[in-house]
Amino acid sequence: MEFLSYLVNGLSLGSVYAIIALGYTMVYGIAKMLNFAHGDVIMVGGYIVFVFMNQLGVSAIASVAAAMVVCTVLGVAIERVAYLPLRGAPSLAVLITAIGVSYFLQNMALLIWGSTPMSFSSIVSMEPLQLAGGRLVITGEALVTIGVSVVIMAALTLFINRTRLGRAMLAVSEDKGAAQLMGINVNATISLTFAIGSALAAVAGALLCSSYPILQPTTGAMPGIKAFVAAVFGGIGSVPGAMVGGVLLGIIEILSKAYISTQLADAIVFAVLIVVLLVKPTGLLGKKINEKV
Amino acid sequence: MALLEVSNLGIAFGGLQAVDKVDLTIEKGGLYGLIGPNGAGKTTVFNMLTGVYRPTEGDIILDGVNITGKSPASINKAGIARTFQNIRLFSDLTVLDNVKVGLHNQVRYSTVTSILHLPAYFEKEREMRGRAMALLKIFGLEEEAKQMASNLPYGKQRKLEIARALATNPKLLLLDEPAAGMNPSETEELMETVRFVREKFGTAILLIEHDMSFVMGLCEYITVLNYGRILAQGDPETVRNDPKVIAAYLGGE
Repeated sequence: MEFLSYLVNGLSLGSVYAIIALGYTMVYGIAKMLNFAHGDVIMVGGYIVFVFMNQLGVSAIASVAAAMVVCTVLGVAIERVAYLPLRGAPSLAVLITAIGVSYFLQNMALLIWGSTPMSFSSIVSMEPLQLAGGRLVITGEALVTIGVSVVIMAALTLFINRTRLGRAMLAVSEDKGAAQLMGINVNATISLTFAIGSALAAVAGALLCSSYPILQPTTGAMPGIKAFVAAVFGGIGSVPGAMVGGVLLGIIEILSKAYISTQLADAIVFAVLIVVLLVKPTGLLGKKINEKV
Repeated sequence: MALLEVSNLGIAFGGLQAVDKVDLTIEKGGLYGLIGPNGAGKTTVFNMLTGVYRPTEGDIILDGVNITGKSPASINKAGIARTFQNIRLFSDLTVLDNVKVGLHNQVRYSTVTSILHLPAYFEKEREMRGRAMALLKIFGLEEEAKQMASNLPYGKQRKLEIARALATNPKLLLLDEPAAGMNPSETEELMETVRFVREKFGTAILLIEHDMSFVMGLCEYITVLNYGRILAQGDPETVRNDPKVIAAYLGGE
């Protein structure tokens, strides 16, 4: 029973990682860049939900919707202002810029909301589910997180594979030049990707803060890095890879905390990344790229 | 008025004048050839016509609209589509999806419709599928619609590229060495396909090709490039007998 409850917690944390990792992997697949500011968009999402729900008294769902709108605008704005001028620049320049944007967001949050951690009240008002005569308790947060993630992943998979804009995204990620010559507006497609990734980050922020209710300007940093690990673990650029990688990573983290050591859990998560990269450098579901000689 | 009027087209990469003073007129529904030795600037001309390169000189007028220096996507919308010398299909997509990508601007619906799968989504996707399948049928690819594009044999990949380009509903189709790597019977079939496309869609076609029997047998008007400049222009007979052309290909005075 104990194991099962750890597993559910791991699944819940892993679902959040998966949602965040989707943002990383989609942006990487299409713009071929690592958006290290992605984690901080989660933090902004958390704060927006906090402001709307705790300070303005808006309902939980409306607050999350507001956070999604704000984060979508923020994500597209970041892309337009910081990354668009660097299209075609060396990837190192883009990477450094992304780190700069990350610090900018953290410090903006510090300026607006201060450094005192805020206590986030959960967006879920659901009684815990008691199973097996009360021996297995699943929190409402865990249930909602897992449920929402399943819906998001299914919807995103359908969107990417079955719609006109999704196909445009796939085409751009495979061959930007050829996609352009088929009449696809590459910049608009990249903006759309950032918009979707950032909206998902807002949802992830709300879910994450509901389970781990301490909100401060650095809240997004660690989950952001973990989700990046998850994306690489699953094969960066691969959407199903990010989902699998995120969920597995969450489970590994919680089980390590439970059975090995709380202090070492993060180290184990990063060790997993190193091992995966040594054994399968393209990640679990990543595509092997054959260099033509 | 001609469909495409190119005047004084030129591009320099640093100090290298890759294309210089190229004039080209293409009438609606015509079959045109662009030939010349390796490195003559043929693909560079294609890249300028499609907006991949921005010309340093000259104008490109398509159907009365100046498209010089516009983005590849907007030039494609204006009516020019192309295939590539080295095939550039979306190899991780199915054959059908490759054509659907070509239909991106032909069958449109909004982002909200896509995300929520509103009724319009199903209607438009059905239309898209119908149009894509009709194109695949023309090229004899309907059996392979569900296959990955990378699994097609070479000749069929070439055909799929043409089908994908036609899906964008072009007024002018540019084919960059469509017969490269084909055996004589495949080349013969390709000639039939090109003629058929012109008849069926009324699309003007400009093609680059090294296979002389292909170009001479197919094109009505040929432009010969050498060192980025026009060496000769005219019908196949004129070009074939032009001493300058013979010299450029075989060496000589």
